[in-house]
Amino acid sequence: MTILVAQNIACEKSDRRLFSDVNIHLSASQLIHLTGENGAGKTSLLRILVGLSAPARIESAPARFESAPARVESAPARFESAHARPESASAKPDDASTNEFTQGRVEINGTDVHSNTDQASEKLLYFGHKQGVSQLLTPVENLMSWCKLHNIVVSEADIITILGELGLTGLEDLPLKNLSAGQQRRVSLAKLWLKTHANLWVLDEPFTALDVNLIASLENKIREFLQSGGAVLMTSHQALNIDHPITNMHLEYQW
Amino acid sequence: MVTKALLAVFKKDIALAYRQIAELMQPLMFFVLVITLFPLAVGPSPETLQRIGGGVIWVAAILSLLLGMERLFRDDFADGTLEQYILSPIPLYLIVVVKVLTHWLMHIVPLFLISPLLALFLNLSVDMYVALMLTLLLGTPLISFVGAIGVALTVGLHRGGVLLALLLIPIFIPLLIFATSAIESASMLLPYQPQLAIIGAMLLFSVALSPMAIAYSLKVSQS
Amino acid sequence: MWKWINSFAKPEKAHWLATVLIPWFAVVAIVSLIVGITWGLGFAPPDYQQGDSFRIIYIHVPSAILAMGAYVAMAVGALVGIVWQWRTAFMFMIAIAPVGAVMTFISLFTGSFWGKPMWGTWWIWDARLTSQLILLFLYLGVIALYSAFDDKQQAGKASGVMAMVGVINIPIIHYSVEWWNTLHQGATITKIGKPSIAPDMLWPLLICIVGFAAFIGWVTLIRMKNEIVIRDMHRPWVAKMFGVVTPQKLRRSDKILGGTAQTSEQREAK
Repeated sequence: MTILVAQNIACEKSDRRLFSDVNIHLSASQLIHLTGENGAGKTSLLRILVGLSAPARIESAPARFESAPARVESAPARFESAHARPESASAKPDDASTNEFTQGRVEINGTDVHSNTDQASEKLLYFGHKQGVSQLLTPVENLMSWCKLHNIVVSEADIITILGELGLTGLEDLPLKNLSAGQQRRVSLAKLWLKTHANLWVLDEPFTALDVNLIASLENKIREFLQSGGAVLMTSHQALNIDHPITNMHLEYQW
Repeated sequence: MVTKALLAVFKKDIALAYRQIAELMQPLMFFVLVITLFPLAVGPSPETLQRIGGGVIWVAAILSLLLGMERLFRDDFADGTLEQYILSPIPLYLIVVVKVLTHWLMHIVPLFLISPLLALFLNLSVDMYVALMLTLLLGTPLISFVGAIGVALTVGLHRGGVLLALLLIPIFIPLLIFATSAIESASMLLPYQPQLAIIGAMLLFSVALSPMAIAYSLKVSQS
Repeated sequence: MWKWINSFAKPEKAHWLATVLIPWFAVVAIVSLIVGITWGLGFAPPDYQQGDSFRIIYIHVPSAILAMGAYVAMAVGALVGIVWQWRTAFMFMIAIAPVGAVMTFISLFTGSFWGKPMWGTWWIWDARLTSQLILLFLYLGVIALYSAFDDKQQAGKASGVMAMVGVINIPIIHYSVEWWNTLHQGATITKIGKPSIAPDMLWPLLICIVGFAAFIGWVTLIRMKNEIVIRDMHRPWVAKMFGVVTPQKLRRSDKILGGTAQTSEQREAK
């Protein structure tokens, strides 16, 4: 079952093109590990895929202004890429010259992410650099309000149990600012345990600031989720140690 | 389900405001201090104070609300709650409406509580005081809703404070004109319903349009 | 037709259009400003009340009208940019903003100079002066917001929202200020009742308005060309235009290794 489809995604930051022509097809029980150097645009790509930013609207290449000379220009071999790239993707359909702009599309569970973010994010769980928890609230308060917002019915006792599993026993009623960075991270990770109706996890560097034990249990959680039919798209600087087929996807640094 | 979620946003914002009560009080103290400056600057004669009183309170109210407004989306933006709002099944503009209204409530209630004192300071008559309250009641939500657009636009900038004032103060000039003119009419025992009606119309207009603009601006700011 | 219009969302097409239009705007601006101003300052009959000092009208009125017009043009640019996501529309918006602000300033400045002999004071809280002053603040707000952002695409959208909020507010501000003015001090001002202007005076004025409009268009297009080139500095078409040899690497930026999901299946067999 297809969970996420992305076509022709391009991204521009400060008028520079980070990447274009990215296509992703993610089905159930599939794990894509997105790698790439710092600055290659991994986070930007994930944010586009979940609908936080819009993909760039770019000119389809073969317009009459640049097409012909540019094609010829590409002859010098010394600039040819080190990585062999299938030529197929660059062969744009010929009708591109009539349609001057393309904007990529992302669909999650069959719903367009950018025109209908609310509906598309129903079964999505996005875990970004910013953790989405408030420093002034306690872990329980944070998670309770998050659950209500995401239409998750859960009792306070359930949350406390999950926090206990994550090694936060006794810290449930302290404001988050009194917790260490790793502990705050755990509070935020509890969302993975809470949103049981999710079928897509998009995780941006989930292992940051976690200790070895928790990394293991998180990897275990990811495996369970995959086996239950969920799909995961994640970035991580360290190698994954998950007992499941991993699809690697490399984002090349361009500038 | 939507109501429940919005209620959660409301409760959360109330709890957050309550835990930052000191920060919440700052704009209020600023408001009182600015008003205290005027008698010292223009002289304590009751007639002068009565003549400028309505205007002074309104200018101080606009400035202090602008000061407090910066908080509106700042923390949500910084800690990533905003991202979770966007990626929730609840439409962002509804969440924004709840946030703006909560914020307004938290700022306007203390302002109202302290206003009799200020009316006393500036020698306002009872009629003027009633007019002042009515204009504040209709005008301050307008400030909150329109101001939230500016806040949403500048939330990603680190140096947003002064810029926010620069963007918003010109927009509030019509409100200031109608509000002070209502108070002036009240001081002369003239009817001031027309002014109130105009402020009310502007309020409805802004309530109708600004949530979309705020939601769009927030998305631009965090992209 | 729509496709043709939409093609100007492409920076190189917009750049080309600006290049084509600039000489026309320049010729119209120079000719009509020379004709209009010489006629207005030298040959139009003096006003029966104000003598020669009315002649500042040939600068003041065009700049005042077009300050407002430029704001509307800016807001239209913002609308096009936000609704249809044209990058060039935002470039136009930010190109015209300082020009409009300067026009507003000129109208305030000349108004003040006109006010001195007429009203006996440099500044008066006249309704039109006041709303013009607020217009200047609105312009400065848009420009300040734009320059506060590092990412200019974000800047364009943000200041576009502000420009649109402003344009909704301009009529409200205008009428409220007018109403405020008549309420507070209407009787004390000796307003120059707008006399139905004589044709001899009107013609140079109209020519001056055309000249100012063309001048604004001229300067805006030059600014827009610069903006396009600066923003697209790294694009191949700009490099080609200036005859710079681009490293092929830049060209390849179009083609990232979008390693689609069919690539290396790792540890499949484990």
